[in-house]
Amino acid sequence: MALRRASKALGAALALWAGAALAGPPERVVSINLCTDQLAMLLAAPGQLLSVSHISHDPNVSVMRDQALGYPVNHGQAEEVFAMAPDLVLAGQFTSSYTVGLLRRLGVEVAQLPIVTSLDQIPDAIRDMGRLLGREDHAEAVAEQFTADLAALRADPDRRPRAALHYANNYTSGDKSLANDILTAAGLANIALEAGLSGGGVLPMERLIMLMPDLIISGEAYPGASRSEAVLTHPALDALRDRHAGRAITDAEWVCGTPTVLRAIARLQGAAP
Amino acid sequence: MTRALALVLILLVGALFALSLLIGPAGLTPATSLAALVRGEGLAETLVMREIRLPRAILAVLIGAALGLAGAAMQGYLRNPLAEPGLLGVSGAAALGAVIALQTGFAAQVALGLPLAALAGAVLAVALILALAGPRGGALTLILAGIAVSALAGALTALVLNLSSNPFAASEIMFWMMGSLADRSMTHVWLAAPFIGLGGAVLLAQGRAFDALTLGEDSAASLGVNLPRLRLTLVLAIASMVGAATAVAGAVGFVGLVVPHILRPFVGARPSRLLWASALGGAVLVLAADIAVRLVLPDRDLKLGVLTAIVGAPLFLHLVYKTRAQGL
Amino acid sequence: MTQLVLTDFAVARGPCDVLRDINLTVGAGEFVGLLGPNGAGKTTLMRAALGLMPHRGRSSLSALPIKERARAVAWLPQAREIGWPVSVADLVTLGRLPHLAMGQRPSPQDRAAIDSALSRMGLDAFGNRIATQLSGGEQARVLIARALAQDTPLLMADEPAAGLDPAHQIGLMETLAAEAGRGRCVIASLHDLGLAARYCTRLVVLAQGGIAADGPPSKVLTPELLARVFHIRALVQQTQDGPLFQPIGVV
Repeated sequence: MALRRASKALGAALALWAGAALAGPPERVVSINLCTDQLAMLLAAPGQLLSVSHISHDPNVSVMRDQALGYPVNHGQAEEVFAMAPDLVLAGQFTSSYTVGLLRRLGVEVAQLPIVTSLDQIPDAIRDMGRLLGREDHAEAVAEQFTADLAALRADPDRRPRAALHYANNYTSGDKSLANDILTAAGLANIALEAGLSGGGVLPMERLIMLMPDLIISGEAYPGASRSEAVLTHPALDALRDRHAGRAITDAEWVCGTPTVLRAIARLQGAAP
Repeated sequence: MTRALALVLILLVGALFALSLLIGPAGLTPATSLAALVRGEGLAETLVMREIRLPRAILAVLIGAALGLAGAAMQGYLRNPLAEPGLLGVSGAAALGAVIALQTGFAAQVALGLPLAALAGAVLAVALILALAGPRGGALTLILAGIAVSALAGALTALVLNLSSNPFAASEIMFWMMGSLADRSMTHVWLAAPFIGLGGAVLLAQGRAFDALTLGEDSAASLGVNLPRLRLTLVLAIASMVGAATAVAGAVGFVGLVVPHILRPFVGARPSRLLWASALGGAVLVLAADIAVRLVLPDRDLKLGVLTAIVGAPLFLHLVYKTRAQGL
Repeated sequence: MTQLVLTDFAVARGPCDVLRDINLTVGAGEFVGLLGPNGAGKTTLMRAALGLMPHRGRSSLSALPIKERARAVAWLPQAREIGWPVSVADLVTLGRLPHLAMGQRPSPQDRAAIDSALSRMGLDAFGNRIATQLSGGEQARVLIARALAQDTPLLMADEPAAGLDPAHQIGLMETLAAEAGRGRCVIASLHDLGLAARYCTRLVVLAQGGIAADGPPSKVLTPELLARVFHIRALVQQTQDGPLFQPIGVV
């Protein structure tokens, strides 16, 4: 609830800021957040976007890596960003407040965009980004296309297979999350709701197994090894997948509230039992 | 006296093992749990019992026995009640070996690569400690050497984890330094069991040598103890047990200190009897600690080493005080 | 029957020989007092002969396999180490280790040897006492009892009388002499020349890395040797209680 209120307040602030910037569309835009990277690459005019975050070059989380490779990267540090002389910096809601504060004190305009936690917020997020970049018309077209595609894709079956989202450290997503919306749109039911989890949280492996999901959607493992991710391939879950549940993975397509979530929904509909 | 102690410890291990199997977020009744564990009734129940709870309980026994026995053996050899694999950096060095094996991919490519790498780290630490402590194992030298080895191993472990390409790895220093049995599997049991079993069998067979060492190295040698061979055997056996235990559960401290200390009066202080008693006692302690972490904070992965340190550190201070009073 | 033979025996510490050209044969029934000033190499000679430190030349003991050696010789080091608070009975039982096969429990015969050793050291009532809680002298006697319980043909002891009160010093020397009288062989380093003169059957004096004298006490403890090796003058008299030895002054 608090999150939603905060995001509304932020939206209002954003609108105010956009109204105040009468000097015309920004010409030197730097994005320091993976999700603003993607919206900006989608909407920016040629030459308008100077740099994207280094995370957008990471194939594990960046769904638009190929396009991102065409931009120089930044590491979200105030000094390097300032040196690019941007007239607009795009940051996420949870970007380090020190970095944002420092850039603002240096006179750089910083727009912080809220985290998208549902499919319904995506068209507005697209329009907000369009306003910031002075690309309202293009954004409106993209948003309308997204809304139409989503409506065409959205499934509403009588019987919804029950799916479990299972990330590193037994983390899962409950309602009020983009992942939950993707599940629902794909015609699945999220077992985290049966377990009474709201937002994100830990669902112990024992309880996950006792809930007997029809589909286990696992987080994708990073290179290298970690104990946190060892649970993804725990023999108990492997056995459950072998004998009962279907398998799917959540990947870069699930991370940001951009039109690419449609690909995630379509793929999930293919994997659903 | 010793027979009664053995009986009590075995009963405790059995009872705590059963209790460990009955505790978990799935909320199964004892009857359901038993039916699932023994007869495999119900897919979900069976998976929970056989793949999640059983390995956890078995690992608690194995790791507790390994740490208790290793502690009793190190104390017996050095004739110093402050010797303990965790305090002396052996566990830390084993954790370093394990982390290197995991992050370089050695653990994934080579069968038993993980415990072998941890064993290698532990061998280095044990050999270094025994060499530094010298034949008399003076308390001060021993503890200073332990501090240095622990600090170095801890720093290098943090470095390896920070250099990892895996974003989760860096946050796992806590696991490697404090230990946990959460969400381990039968795979880990099979990784650790051979090393712990072999090392344990070898150590238990050295009972007489430890008894003879009560009289000092010279007397022990004159009683027929082959000291150079004993030293080599000890290094390998202790490293094998501590290495395997740490590779799957992280470094759990103080077990090897607390358990021999509590049990020593019950075995008439005889090092040979203390060996098996400490193996059983270690299993009891780690089973109890692992039950406690699940009861105290059921939703969080509270680290085992936190509990063992809360019990062990005050005892350690007490021992330091006593050792100082005796002017050692 | 010889119990110890050292042939061209030498021990080096660093580049210097601390002992060299030692030739010594000790047989059954002998109670050898190993004498010499501080640093003469008494401890070194015994430890090296046992094979506990490297040496050149031949020692009949260090040549034995380690288990066999434990049944041939009992060794009582000078450092009286009792590492854990074990009972006196358990500690003395350690002396039987060389006679027990792997996993074998002490037999009635072993028990008898243990009881006899305790009783010879006047420790009959001490069996259940905790060894580390005893006085220094009592601990020394417990450790001697451990060595006696080993029941070997040869007993080597480093300063066994140090730290004992006069009564127990005499008691110890009488016990060791009795062991020798029963056909065992005892080699003990001693500082008290009076005790050595009265109880030993043979004295071996070490000085400057070699054997300065070797023979029965009356032949060895001459004014000339006492002055040369120990730098003392002493009164030596034969009395009805045996030889009496009293140092009088420093040379």
